[in-house]
Amino acid sequence: MTRSGNPRNSQPRWLFPFVVTVVFFLSVLPLGRLAATGLASAFEGGAAKLLSDPALWRSVYDTLATSFLGMIAAVILGGGFALLLTLFDIRAKALLGFLFMLPMMIPPQVTALSWIGMTGPSSALLKALGLAPPLGSPQPLYSIGGIALLFGVQHAPLVYLSLRAGLLALPRDAVEAARLSGASSRRVLTDIILPLSLPGLVAGAAIAFVSGVGNFGIPAILGIPASIYTLPVLIYSKFASFGPGTFGDVSLISALIAIISIIGLSVESRVLKGRDYRVIGLSGQVAVFRLGGWRVFAEALLWLVILLILVMPLTALVASSLAPAYGVPLSAKTATIHAYEEILFRQAVTRTAFANSIFLSVTTAFGLLAVTVLTGYFLVRTKSRLAGLITALAEIPYALPGIVLAVAFILLFAAPLPILRISIYGTIWIILIAYFSSFFAVSLKSVVSAFRQLDPSLEEAARLSGAGFGRRLADILVPLVAPAAGASVILVFLIACNELTVSALLWSAGTQTLGVAIYNLDDSGSFNLASALSVLVVVMVIAMMIALELMAKRLPKGVVPWRS
Amino acid sequence: MAKLILNRVSKAFGLGKPAVNDLSLTVREGGFLALLGPSGCGKTTVLRMIAGFEQPTDGSILLGERVLADAGAMVPPESRNMAMVFQSYALWPHMSVADNVGYPLKVRGISGETRRRKIGEALAAVRLESFGDRRPADLSGGQRQRVALARCLVTEPDVVLLDEPLANLDRHLRQEMEETFREFHARSGATMIYVTHDQGEAMALATDVAVMSEGRLLQVASPEEIYARPEGRLVGGLVGQGAILSLPSPVGDNRLLDWHALQPLLASIDPAAPRIDILVRPQDIAFAGGGIEARVVSVLFEGERYALRLVLPDGQMLRAFSRDPVKAGDVLPIVIRSAWRL
Repeated sequence: MTRSGNPRNSQPRWLFPFVVTVVFFLSVLPLGRLAATGLASAFEGGAAKLLSDPALWRSVYDTLATSFLGMIAAVILGGGFALLLTLFDIRAKALLGFLFMLPMMIPPQVTALSWIGMTGPSSALLKALGLAPPLGSPQPLYSIGGIALLFGVQHAPLVYLSLRAGLLALPRDAVEAARLSGASSRRVLTDIILPLSLPGLVAGAAIAFVSGVGNFGIPAILGIPASIYTLPVLIYSKFASFGPGTFGDVSLISALIAIISIIGLSVESRVLKGRDYRVIGLSGQVAVFRLGGWRVFAEALLWLVILLILVMPLTALVASSLAPAYGVPLSAKTATIHAYEEILFRQAVTRTAFANSIFLSVTTAFGLLAVTVLTGYFLVRTKSRLAGLITALAEIPYALPGIVLAVAFILLFAAPLPILRISIYGTIWIILIAYFSSFFAVSLKSVVSAFRQLDPSLEEAARLSGAGFGRRLADILVPLVAPAAGASVILVFLIACNELTVSALLWSAGTQTLGVAIYNLDDSGSFNLASALSVLVVVMVIAMMIALELMAKRLPKGVVPWRS
Repeated sequence: MAKLILNRVSKAFGLGKPAVNDLSLTVREGGFLALLGPSGCGKTTVLRMIAGFEQPTDGSILLGERVLADAGAMVPPESRNMAMVFQSYALWPHMSVADNVGYPLKVRGISGETRRRKIGEALAAVRLESFGDRRPADLSGGQRQRVALARCLVTEPDVVLLDEPLANLDRHLRQEMEETFREFHARSGATMIYVTHDQGEAMALATDVAVMSEGRLLQVASPEEIYARPEGRLVGGLVGQGAILSLPSPVGDNRLLDWHALQPLLASIDPAAPRIDILVRPQDIAFAGGGIEARVVSVLFEGERYALRLVLPDGQMLRAFSRDPVKAGDVLPIVIRSAWRL
């Protein structure tokens, strides 16, 4: 019989140091390194040179303009969808909601490519329909407005989710009380529901803004041809023309992005403060208002929006991938699957990219799960006051734009590792570590919500049965959180597989990911190959989202991000 | 197996009032102890300290000679050889009934025919032989409780802990389960500790009853003893349906008082006399001439009898039973045949 001096109850002694170590390496160390380089460069005078560069301020302006206009578009689209689908008696709500969520999970560079394929003089779709503008006329999307519009489409689901969560959390008795006081449906809507749901809308707008600031795929494809450089694109171009001051410059620009993001995120957390308390009680089911004769019009409008932002761009993408060459009209005769053969069987680059992305995503998804099961268990069971701090530190890398994190990891690993004297810079391992850091919060969230739902007596019964920590983990805890763990694996795989921002900075020959491959194919003019690869990616995204949707009933609340 | 000893155990959560305060208790080997008290009195904390889920902040817990826990160190629950029936049953939903019952054996490395036989025996003891392949979700509340009990039975634990195991069951099932618990205790010979806020359960099952209130142990005794001779107002109020009268102190040390002793006390009108608490059980009140007059405040028909609330001329309340219907507002003469000085 051993006597254990651990007063921490069910946790083994090594768990707390393990969690602290994980959070230190995935969050504190890279971000600390970034801050240190930024500060050093600021004191050495590099900052003055950078800050006096008009190109930087031009870039700040472009970033803020695209993000702000994109936020407006996202609020109109996402807010409208959330209100109509949550409050009114629209038919086929679930399907509309699911379709509206898709753009969020489609990689941004694919969104950009599909919209390019839908508009402009070389559009295969428009040519096939005989609607293409004359050759030589400008591509309208290569502009601030174009970037903002696509930001709007890509980030509208974020506003939708935030507002919808707010609407579902409304106390139903408040609505019922207003009705009993004699208020008409319209008055209840304007006097009660809209004012109470404002925080959700503001929070969603803030996230949409921050996502615009950090978005790389859309401005990289739409902005560079028009010489519009948002801050993430500016960082990318600084690395492309690498010089002695590059590290200092990019760390300062990253700091700038981080500051703008933190302002946005603090707006979000401020307006959402206290929401958790309102969720308690009679809530979760908002009174459904009848639209009457307007219902048909509302439904037509919703489906029209889905057609415009989802169906048409994706059709254009498929059309582009089937076109024999860029600009050649597409018809039943000229359509070819040549591009698919090329990327799947001939091009070594795309096959490497598939292999890399799948390796990275699978390793990240399963590797992170092993870490987050232990971390999640610690966070739920501990009585330590550090739990809140650890949660916050784990969430920061995901909340910050990917480009900031990528810069942090470049700075951290540019020099060979101490003691080991091995450099992982330029290898696939630096991408893997950055993915671990970036998606830690995604994986952790599912697992933590599953642990929270678990009755502690299930584990206590196993302890009294004589099972030690490892045994309980294998026999009791992991099987019981398995559905959420499975969802977390699919979700991390889905996000990692489509990721471009982090790998765009960290890849080198032989370690390109799918996101990088699509971007490079487009950059080198192989538009049809880029489209074909994008189509495959979209098919994969939809398949995985459907898989998660089917699992959703068995999962704790909050695991599947597009369901609320 | 050996005596379980709690030696001046305290448990404080944070800075507030301790949940358990300086509690000493010895459970004899093979005893069946009911830990009785109102909710929030600290009885579940005591149970969780015995199991090893909480560590005492002061004092020590011993099983025979072996120290299980003190403020400095403790044996983790997994090496205490105890078993527990949880209020929520705590059956693992992803395992079959047989796997649930057999899990403690699996952890101890017992496999094959031995394990199958022991699982079969444990399930037979709770009359669930044919349920081994079912999932816990397919069982009723009473059946789940019996599976939890079988899981305790399977490894011959030194101590079996039961945390309000009947709280989630309906009245009919409770009686059946009480019977099962008694059988289980007789068969296994394990020391059992049973936490409940229901005095009826405690009386019916236990060989000893420990009454707790606000983190302190008030009295430990057999059910008969605790019913007949409770110590102090709190125990007197918790056990049985008695009413407590405040009366002038009688002459002598006699604690069991009859009508002769009581009559002058009730008649006394000296407000300055030192007063004591006297417990009066409803079945000890008889309606007879020569008693003092009491007014009926309320009447509740309970089927086999009427339960009355009476008020004495000085305003003190009493409970009584009556075989014959009476009306609220009636004034009746009563005699208190027997009462216990607290």
